Amino acid sequence: MIAVVRTGTANLASVLAGLHRAGAAPTLCVDPDEVRSADRVVLPGVGAFGAARRELAAHGLDAALIERIEAGRPTLAICLGLQLFARSSEESPGVEGLGLVEAEVTRLRVARGLRVPHMGWNQVLPTPGARFLQRGYAYYANSYKIDTIPPGWEGARSEHGAPFVAAIERGDVLACQFHPELSGAWGEALLRRWLAGGAAC
Amino acid sequence: MLTCRVIPCLDVRDGRVVKGVQFQGLRDAGDPVQRAALYEATGADELVILDVSATPEGRANAAETTRAVRSVLGIPLTVGGGVRALEDAGRLLDAGADKVAVNTAAVQDPSLLSRIAERYGAQCTVLALDAARTVHGAHGGWEVVTRSGTVRTGRDAIDWAREAAALGAGELLLTSWDRDGTRAGYDTELLAAMRDAVQIPVIASGGAAHAEHLIEAVRAGADAVLAASIFHDGELTPADVKRTMQAAGLPMRV
Repeated sequence: MIAVVRTGTANLASVLAGLHRAGAAPTLCVDPDEVRSADRVVLPGVGAFGAARRELAAHGLDAALIERIEAGRPTLAICLGLQLFARSSEESPGVEGLGLVEAEVTRLRVARGLRVPHMGWNQVLPTPGARFLQRGYAYYANSYKIDTIPPGWEGARSEHGAPFVAAIERGDVLACQFHPELSGAWGEALLRRWLAGGAAC
Repeated sequence: MLTCRVIPCLDVRDGRVVKGVQFQGLRDAGDPVQRAALYEATGADELVILDVSATPEGRANAAETTRAVRSVLGIPLTVGGGVRALEDAGRLLDAGADKVAVNTAAVQDPSLLSRIAERYGAQCTVLALDAARTVHGAHGGWEVVTRSGTVRTGRDAIDWAREAAALGAGELLLTSWDRDGTRAGYDTELLAAMRDAVQIPVIASGGAAHAEHLIEAVRAGADAVLAASIFHDGELTPADVKRTMQAAGLPMRV
């Protein structure tokens, strides 16, 4: 069973369609017990850090997510979903993240010729030990980011004026700043690798 | 680094792709789902669907078209046309749009942009701005036109873009009303003025006939280039123009 956490934000339809195209049959869920028991969980994220964090807490989903992510069970977080792993975000001061990684989310700085939001296709440059992530181009739509891959995690980098984290992975947990569901054939192949549990495909 | 995006646009009326010069003399150009899949397969970075239905019944099809396109499309989808209220935006996003473009309704009520951005995020909120060179005034400039070009508002286009970005628009779909459908190239002066005025990404629209026009637009300040007719006729694929753009030194996903 693949449970997609309904966080009350946009882009759910795209995530569901992307999983369908990758051969999965996802269902929506807001029940912490389902998040604990599901074979695979997807935490999509479009919206604001504070609002999403409150929504998770209101449904008691935060503890369930923390448990499975710390155990390395199959979990895919997308965009804001990755940022929620951090301790806090400049977007919503005073709101605690899930605290799964020692990181703080900060806003992309506007520099000469660089736009914010960072919107479009940019590189994904994986670390040598990454299982799911491969080199390529992915679609991003973000104004916030984390700067470094946390200790104990593999991942991938990109850059927009300065380097930032494109994705992190550990065990069967994959968290992407980009949108695999909008990243064409490359993104679909990544979803299929994650759905296959990291086996070659 | 971030690459330049090439974005085919589908004008859809009553569920069918149409094309025409400034919405005059529309011709049927096929099924939007087939078109969308073809464009993704031939290198499109993103897709825009603008619903140009003349009736409420026609516009009600926009969500259905969005749903059908989404099921086959693995790249970002912006949908616009007839978005008048927060609920319209929600309906399109629920159907599978990643962003919604707001035009006339935002000019009439700018708070619509902030309400969409607060609910769904700036990255979902696109201001579609149709700009025409002003007829009067010593300094030239551009004014906002609405209702598919039938209303000249007198509102300065640069000021409106700045205000919209401050209200939460995360992207600007900028159409030159003077160039749209002419195949005379994008209005590069407008793009250069807009690049300096706002920090959000700018999509150039209106006037493309070949890859050189797209290159000019990016050099003038566009982050992405939108075109309809050059792709509809099958003269060129998005991958064709992207290779030419890359050869000219622009960062592209090819």
